[in-house]
Amino acid sequence: MALVSLRNVSRSYRLGAVRVPAVQNLDLDIRGGCFTVLCGPSGSGKTTLLNLVGGVDRPDAGTITVDGRDLGRLCDDALSDFRARHVGTIFQSFNLLPVLSAAENIEMPLLLAGVAAGPRRSRVQELLLAVGLQDRAGHRPGELSGGQRQRVAIARALATRPLLVLADEPTANLDTQTGAQIIALMRQLQRTSGLSFVFSSHDPQLRAHADDVVQIRDGRIESIERRDAALESRA
Amino acid sequence: MRLWQLAARNLLRNRRRSLATLLAMVVGLAAVLLFGGYRSNILHGLETGFVQYSGHLQVQRRGYFLDGGDNPQAYGIAEHPRMIEAIRGDPQLAPLLRVVTPSLQVGGIAQHAAAGQTRSVMAIGLVADEFNRMREWNAYGVVSYALPLALEGAPADAAVIGTGVARRLGLCEALAVPDCVSASPPRPGPKARGAGAATGLPDDLAVLAEETAQDAQAAGGATAAAGRRIEMLAASAQGAPNVIGLQAVGYVNAGFKALDDVYLAMQLPQAQRLVYGREPPRVTAIAVQLQRTAQLPAARARLQDLLAQEFGAQELELLDYRELNPMLDQTDEFMGSMFGFITLLIGVIVLFTIANTMGAAVMERTVEIGTLRAMGMRRSGITALFLREALLLGLAGVAAGLLLTFIAATLINGSGWAWTPPGYSYAYLVLVRVWQDGALLAGSVAGMLAITLASAWWPARRAARLEIVEALRHA
Repeated sequence: MALVSLRNVSRSYRLGAVRVPAVQNLDLDIRGGCFTVLCGPSGSGKTTLLNLVGGVDRPDAGTITVDGRDLGRLCDDALSDFRARHVGTIFQSFNLLPVLSAAENIEMPLLLAGVAAGPRRSRVQELLLAVGLQDRAGHRPGELSGGQRQRVAIARALATRPLLVLADEPTANLDTQTGAQIIALMRQLQRTSGLSFVFSSHDPQLRAHADDVVQIRDGRIESIERRDAALESRA
Repeated sequence: MRLWQLAARNLLRNRRRSLATLLAMVVGLAAVLLFGGYRSNILHGLETGFVQYSGHLQVQRRGYFLDGGDNPQAYGIAEHPRMIEAIRGDPQLAPLLRVVTPSLQVGGIAQHAAAGQTRSVMAIGLVADEFNRMREWNAYGVVSYALPLALEGAPADAAVIGTGVARRLGLCEALAVPDCVSASPPRPGPKARGAGAATGLPDDLAVLAEETAQDAQAAGGATAAAGRRIEMLAASAQGAPNVIGLQAVGYVNAGFKALDDVYLAMQLPQAQRLVYGREPPRVTAIAVQLQRTAQLPAARARLQDLLAQEFGAQELELLDYRELNPMLDQTDEFMGSMFGFITLLIGVIVLFTIANTMGAAVMERTVEIGTLRAMGMRRSGITALFLREALLLGLAGVAAGLLLTFIAATLINGSGWAWTPPGYSYAYLVLVRVWQDGALLAGSVAGMLAITLASAWWPARRAARLEIVEALRHA
């Protein structure tokens, strides 16, 4: 059984007087424990698909099931709680809170998930170590480089040990070398934690690391490439 | 890291804007408190003055207050010594009482023969030591302008007059009244004839007054005393004119010019002799002063029962100091409406200033709001975050506002700044009474915090209702 299952999902947005379809009658299964990349040109519906899977947006039609939960049946508060406990998000522009230090940014999702102070602190230290930023814990985002900020964002996304880590073009705002380092870090963390990562990206480096590559065009699935058949049994 | 910390740090992001908002709150709160303190001082001062002069309650014959002012003879309270004893001896009333004292008010004409001057006066006969004790009442600790009357321990015919009366009777110099120049004696008109021509009295009454003055001079003898000798003419209980001789022993500034120009106080027995002659003496009022104003309802209820039970035949009524002095309620209403208007204006300014600040914060932090929501913060969490920020801003504003109020109040109260209100006969210090007025303090602080939260509510709600996807796309 797939970790994420989308059935006949459609989503469109109003642009002035017209509605523009972003995702149309889409069916997709995303396997658990995999490094899945959503590829496609700009405007193909990658980000919309990530938003729908992450529960930050709702489809106009169709059903989305994550680990057996039908997201369409959850009220707004329940959906918020679902995101807090089961989804980690990495943004293209990092989206760190500028008034919080690196450690506090990592701590925020734990706070939202209601984790007690002791475990919260030790988890933050563990993650700072994992992303190599233990010496930058007290620094605010404005005092960090782009690569360091994205490391903090990755640590923050992993903080609650979510079912699903979603990343929208995580290397788009990084130079090639830093992007490669970030991809390697994410891949390493994914392997060690066994979490499921879903990315949207144009980056060929990222695509090269993927277990599954989903090609999207005009809001529809064009192709799905599953590279490691052994993973099927884990999913 | 707690959400309170996040709220505090968010406030410090745009320090200039937060400071400008804080300044509006600080100045607004200080303005409300200072004006409220000024109003409080005036109202407490007025109340103190009235209670010092007429007690909290007065027992009067029904109708005297409204219609009997110029006819006290018809509204005398009989058996007043027994009534006073009954009030003082009542076990329920006794612990509430401070002073119970009778008075007799009578209108008449005072003449200072030596200066050839006459003056209409409103005289009050009182028990000097009890009246002076009443004037010591100062439950609110305000600046009291009441001085003891010089009648205590003075001879039976002693009188204390208002400074306006002293001026009109030509007694300024004899009584050494500061800043007072005696009025010149009136010139007789071309057709004036007879003994009353100089004083304006009818001839027969002028002769009666002159004879009384001569008798007194013959009895007293001393020249200085003769220079302060006045005669008072009033209608007796039988309707006939009666004259008594009085010795002006002192002056008092009665506060209001209208009262100061007619005020004359004498010993109660002397006033009773003037009005009732040899008939059983009566009084026009029994003043009851309580320990505290808050005891008034209980004291009034008990006094009402007591008078109905034991003195029902006399048709008595009870009037409190507010009924006796309608000016207090009028001033209260006037100052209250001004205070309300100013508070409303300041409240609206503060409300829009904070709403603008919070609205700008929501606009600037739209992406952050989307990020927090994407991370799992509920809508209520976003609302709470912005309300926390507003509350912190409000608390800082209140703290700084109280500090500014303290500094300003200290400067004002120590400045010695004084002014003479319309109709008053001397200058009052401009004082603000903030810290003693718990209701003003609590109300202003709670009001400011309520305005802060109310003004932040709409922007906070707007932030919470943002669509996550739209918020994350916000540039």
